[in-house]
Amino acid sequence: MTEMFANLSLGFGVALTLKNIALCFTGCLVGTLIGVLPGVGPIATIAMLLPITFGLDPVGALIMLAGIYYGAQYGGSTTAILVNIPGEATAVVTTLDGHQMAKQGRAGVALGTAAIGSFVAGCFATLIIAALGAPLTKLALLFGPAEYFSLMVMGLCFAVVLARGSILKAFCMIMLGLLLSTVGTDLETGQERMTFGFPPLSDGIDFAVLAMGVFGFAEVLRNLENPETRDVVRTKIGRLLPSWEDIKQSIAPCLRGTFIGGTLGILPGNGAVLGPFASYTIEKKLAKDPSRFGRGAIEGVAGPESANNAGAQTAFIPLLTLGIPPNAVMALMVGAMTIHGIIPGPQVMTKNPDLFWGMIASMWIGNLMLLIINLPLVGVWVKLLQVPYRLMFPAILIFCSIGIYSVNNQPVDVAFTALFGLFGYLLIKLGFEPAPMLLGFVLGKLMEEKLRQALIISRGSFMTFIERPISAGLLLVAVAILVIALLPSMSKKREEVFTE
Amino acid sequence: MKKLALSLAAALALALPAQAQSKYPERPITMIVPFAAGGPTDIIARIVSENMSKTLGQQIVVENVAGAGGTTGITRAVTAAPDGYTIAMGHLGTFSAAPATYPGLKYDPINGMTTIGLAGGTPILIVAKKAFAPKDLKEFVTYVKANADKVNEAHAGVGSVSWTTCTLLKGQLGVPKLNSVAYRGTGPALNDLVSGQVDFMCDQIVSVAEQIKAGTIKAYAVASAARSPALPDVPTTKEAGLPEYQIEAWNGIAAPKGLPKEAVDKLVDALDKALNDETVKKRLLDLGTVLPTKEERTPAGFAALIKRDADKLSPVLSAAPKQ
Repeated sequence: MTEMFANLSLGFGVALTLKNIALCFTGCLVGTLIGVLPGVGPIATIAMLLPITFGLDPVGALIMLAGIYYGAQYGGSTTAILVNIPGEATAVVTTLDGHQMAKQGRAGVALGTAAIGSFVAGCFATLIIAALGAPLTKLALLFGPAEYFSLMVMGLCFAVVLARGSILKAFCMIMLGLLLSTVGTDLETGQERMTFGFPPLSDGIDFAVLAMGVFGFAEVLRNLENPETRDVVRTKIGRLLPSWEDIKQSIAPCLRGTFIGGTLGILPGNGAVLGPFASYTIEKKLAKDPSRFGRGAIEGVAGPESANNAGAQTAFIPLLTLGIPPNAVMALMVGAMTIHGIIPGPQVMTKNPDLFWGMIASMWIGNLMLLIINLPLVGVWVKLLQVPYRLMFPAILIFCSIGIYSVNNQPVDVAFTALFGLFGYLLIKLGFEPAPMLLGFVLGKLMEEKLRQALIISRGSFMTFIERPISAGLLLVAVAILVIALLPSMSKKREEVFTE
Repeated sequence: MKKLALSLAAALALALPAQAQSKYPERPITMIVPFAAGGPTDIIARIVSENMSKTLGQQIVVENVAGAGGTTGITRAVTAAPDGYTIAMGHLGTFSAAPATYPGLKYDPINGMTTIGLAGGTPILIVAKKAFAPKDLKEFVTYVKANADKVNEAHAGVGSVSWTTCTLLKGQLGVPKLNSVAYRGTGPALNDLVSGQVDFMCDQIVSVAEQIKAGTIKAYAVASAARSPALPDVPTTKEAGLPEYQIEAWNGIAAPKGLPKEAVDKLVDALDKALNDETVKKRLLDLGTVLPTKEERTPAGFAALIKRDADKLSPVLSAAPKQ
């Protein structure tokens, strides 16, 4: 314990120099501003801003990059709440209730809850990393392909609970998501699947392209149909910040979300993606009146947003202690560290303690900065909702297009987004929800990869999923979730509550 | 109308080289990196291009165009206008292995592009999980041959450097059908190697050096002619008893075919100056990179390297059972 405080004080000594505070602030601010462009998630933002850190010393550069990362991550939630566009996979859940809140004139409360929830989660995650970072590393190493596959199966079961309408339709959408995820080059053989010989499909469908289409573009199309509905938002903005009542409602979801998101964030292979989904599922299950979910329940914003931020931070654990990046954003951080002459490995903690603890301390400072930057900005963002449709919609489409193009610098991606926009509109008209499809899509890629890896290693024996205790445990939880969701009495209740 | 367009194009074609001759470069140059930002090729591209920009007096902007094992980005780069404003940083995979790996490849690395020069060689290591039975390379060779049905090899996906170099190794060992587990990138593969889910892999020194130093995985040999200063204790394949396994994952610059000589000369000169710069040298050496020889920094020398490795890899890769 005393060692932890000694380490943390070393860290704060590094992070609290005027220069590093300024870098942290700049990083968070720039990250927030760029990340708020629809479609520009943390990866695109960091890649874009990487060159501006070249002139800095390694510690300063990494503190700034980490700030950009948190900022961009938070920016994604802002678009999810305001315009129903998730900047990345982890913000998909926020659209469910966050955007509903915005429609009810509670956009400011939703944004404030997200900011405060993220800050609380960030504080706890910083402490977790400082105290348990090294031992928790072992958790990352316990998860092989088999365990990971079972975790994904469990995640898919969340999707069923996620649905607002009929379970059958949600199930169809999950399957569609899984199917879409199989488009592209086969990982094992290098053969193209379902690409129709069309080269831009050879790497599969990009998440941003799909999400931007079925959420952003489709939402615009739907609103064009009936321009009057949103006038409610334009006249009545409501409170800018959460009331005491709101905060009381959010505390427990926020803490649960932090725990869930923080734990999943440590896992290799992008476990953090599941965090917000898991948190949402649990909040909905625990709620006295689950029917409020999907209609602007504040817990549905507080929990997932906390999980999201806690996961974003604990994802640094495998990188800093093992030297192995658990997801694409962290892989980019590895590149950034390497460019600055620090090659991440298991020895970063002992070889560069100032860097290691400085970064951990700056995580907390970064979270504080985000709060300071974002609470005043809430008013600005909410005012954006008052912009008339004829200006707002073209602007959304333009920014979406810029964002999509900047991800891979491929013009064809923009065309695909438009196509998915039409498809998403069709889904809305037919009463299908896009969120379960996106979850299926995100998990599908990982699931297939892990399933095949596990089977190759076990020489084709499916028993490997049951023989390994962690994997078996996760599968049991999955079965339990399904049983609860599908129990006749419960589904009957669902029917009553959710008839459209 | 068509005639007018044609004559305009012709006029432009005549006018462009003349302009380029006197003033190249007069606007920023795009360097396409065919992989995601942060990867080994991207890092080398950014280190080198920063210094080249100073020599050329124009900024080189790195643009990451990832996809299809890097072939998407290279296709775009080498089919661009040959004016010197679009160049690419490719590697062993995109320039030497791609023709054998991707049958529908839309460019010809041997005859269809202008080579500029090599930016750096990255040694390849054979690494294994800590608990893997063989103690040295000789034991490894015997063990793998005897237990071909039990051993698991990991790689970062078909077309990646680790896949390419390990397929060469498996071909030379006579166990082309060895069980191979595909991952999306080096990171997850390394994770499962450290945790012992898979047995061995081949990969670039920059990705594995820190793990070897920390003892979380072990290295059998480096597939270069000389030991790497970054890992002086790891023997070469020649020393350790597998001399035929010689392969390096280099990165180098190329441009569309038919680049004006003026532009080629200026780019070659800028690359050479960058590689002689002390800061650039130090940063590259820190990554475990082998600095290119005088010969390899020339267009002809780089072209010869591409051809040499293509000849070495093509038969193995074409014959490789893609599972």
